Amino acid sequence: MDQRGYEVLGPTIHDSAISYGPIHAIEDLPEGWTSEQGPGSYRLKRRTDGALFGYATGPKSLKNFLHPSEIKLFTAERTNGTFRILSNDGLAPRRAFLGVRACELAAAGVQDRVLIEDRFKDPIYSQRRAGSIVIAVNCSDPSSVCFCTSMGTGPRAKAGYDLALTEVIDGGTHEFLVEVGSETGADLLAGTEYSEASEELRRKSDEVTARAERSIQRQFENAGVAELLKENFDHPRWDDVASRCLACGNCTMVCPTCFCVTVEDMSDVTGDHAERWRKWDSCFALGFSYIHYGSVRLSTKSRYRQWLTHKLSYWHDQFGESGCVGCGRCIAWCPAGIDLTEEVAALRAAAPAEKTNGGGE
Amino acid sequence: MKHKHRIGVFKFASCDGCQLSLLDLEDELVALAGAVDIAFFPEMSSNMRSGPYEIGLVEGSVTTHQDAARIHQIRKQCQNLVAIGACATAGGIQALRNWSDTQQWVNQVYAHPEYIQTLSMSTPISGHVPVDFELRGCPVNKYQLLELVSAALAGRKPNIPTYSVCVECKRRGNICIAVAEGVGCLGPATQAGCGALCPTYSRGCYGCFGPAESASSTILAELLIAQGHPSDEVVRAFRSYNACAWPFRQAAEGKGLT
Repeated sequence: MDQRGYEVLGPTIHDSAISYGPIHAIEDLPEGWTSEQGPGSYRLKRRTDGALFGYATGPKSLKNFLHPSEIKLFTAERTNGTFRILSNDGLAPRRAFLGVRACELAAAGVQDRVLIEDRFKDPIYSQRRAGSIVIAVNCSDPSSVCFCTSMGTGPRAKAGYDLALTEVIDGGTHEFLVEVGSETGADLLAGTEYSEASEELRRKSDEVTARAERSIQRQFENAGVAELLKENFDHPRWDDVASRCLACGNCTMVCPTCFCVTVEDMSDVTGDHAERWRKWDSCFALGFSYIHYGSVRLSTKSRYRQWLTHKLSYWHDQFGESGCVGCGRCIAWCPAGIDLTEEVAALRAAAPAEKTNGGGE
Repeated sequence: MKHKHRIGVFKFASCDGCQLSLLDLEDELVALAGAVDIAFFPEMSSNMRSGPYEIGLVEGSVTTHQDAARIHQIRKQCQNLVAIGACATAGGIQALRNWSDTQQWVNQVYAHPEYIQTLSMSTPISGHVPVDFELRGCPVNKYQLLELVSAALAGRKPNIPTYSVCVECKRRGNICIAVAEGVGCLGPATQAGCGALCPTYSRGCYGCFGPAESASSTILAELLIAQGHPSDEVVRAFRSYNACAWPFRQAAEGKGLT
């Protein structure tokens, strides 16, 4: 990868989580580590085996690299009364992502629909996406916040990768099954030592996925949720969740599909140098809905409702699919441990009663 | 010659750290000095020229009768009055007196308390005169201060966000220490502006920039206690540089300590 000019980013132990970082050698991988996750909680834990990819996703996703959190769009300079705009023509970084999970591939697909395939094409995202290699590793150890099976996005990667690995540890053997997803992938594989996979290895690889599937406890009833949310705009549950929500925006920052940005213009003290920056924004920020005369969504209630309803309902109208891939990051990385699957279940459970109470109107 | 904005820098009860932020702008100071006329800044120059000023930067809180009168005089001289720092925007750490018997403290601390004349409360500038902008922080972020001056010169709105520290913390690529390590962190309820300085170095946010726009301090206080942080520690966390900022005050008082 280095020879091909790619920076390899993969799972590393960074501070107190397994997160994307530079990979130069196998020693950089989190061998023998996993994570234990729950609402508002993430802890690194030791494994009893030497698995290199035996963890569930951390807080960062491909979004952190393909849709950068802060990027300068252009610089403007004033000299002798004239004014020039200097565009950012720096090359997009070429990166190979190692250890990408099926849910993350699904999330990148959702971002593709928004940032490439919709009416507007974002050149920053497009270039970074096109310049990326994806080496997926099928998930073997989902955490308690995962619900990819409910969203149909995992745990096994079906498409969107150049290579997909399955890590198979069985007794004394530690093997990887490789599946080729693209010409680039085939090309990469050709440069390595490998042998044809045995039937037994293929079967064991399927078992890894089957075990991962069985271990996922969290259920989310996706069918009908788009309508459910639209019909329950005034549900009392929104007040309940607003009493727990900090409106800090962490859920939107860690969500691998949340794409909203703000644009800030700044000029320096001389007035001769100006810059335009694009930064991740959050619908939990008051300024997000700021129009003339003030912000539209003043209450935390209205902001949480906007986030959840856009993610699970209006996203269908806008982009033809759900904005949620079931990765569970918004559950684990919410400091207050707010669990969207629980919130939707509460809306669903109480919905018929609400309708009865308000019946006939 | 083009008219330069005249700037006045005024001190009230404070440690001087915020006004020093101007002089800490080492790489930008020459450009700043060229772009504006720093007409009154006793900490920088003994050449102190009288008003009016286009921009008045006021540091510190009001703690004496004299200062309560002086701020009105300064307000009259400043087209735009900006309160800078936690003292000027919330009363500062010295506002802890607001929960105590100030005279008793004076008697305990000073050998000759009869020489000390002070108000019983430490109050922000906005408690006395209308303020055009409040720049938060203990101390302020010098780049936010520069942004404020630059924006004023360009006649544009300054980019000073009021959302939580979490937003800039995640933009910076940090792993959440509250979630991953169980560290008590005021970031979710604190206004951005410092660049998530403490969480970047694995320390919980101290709340130097005061309450974030969403005013979720009470929810955070209850959450921290539910997570096992002792309630007296939680109260002390909210009761520091911005103790008297209303949401922080509510969060601490709600825990039964007044």
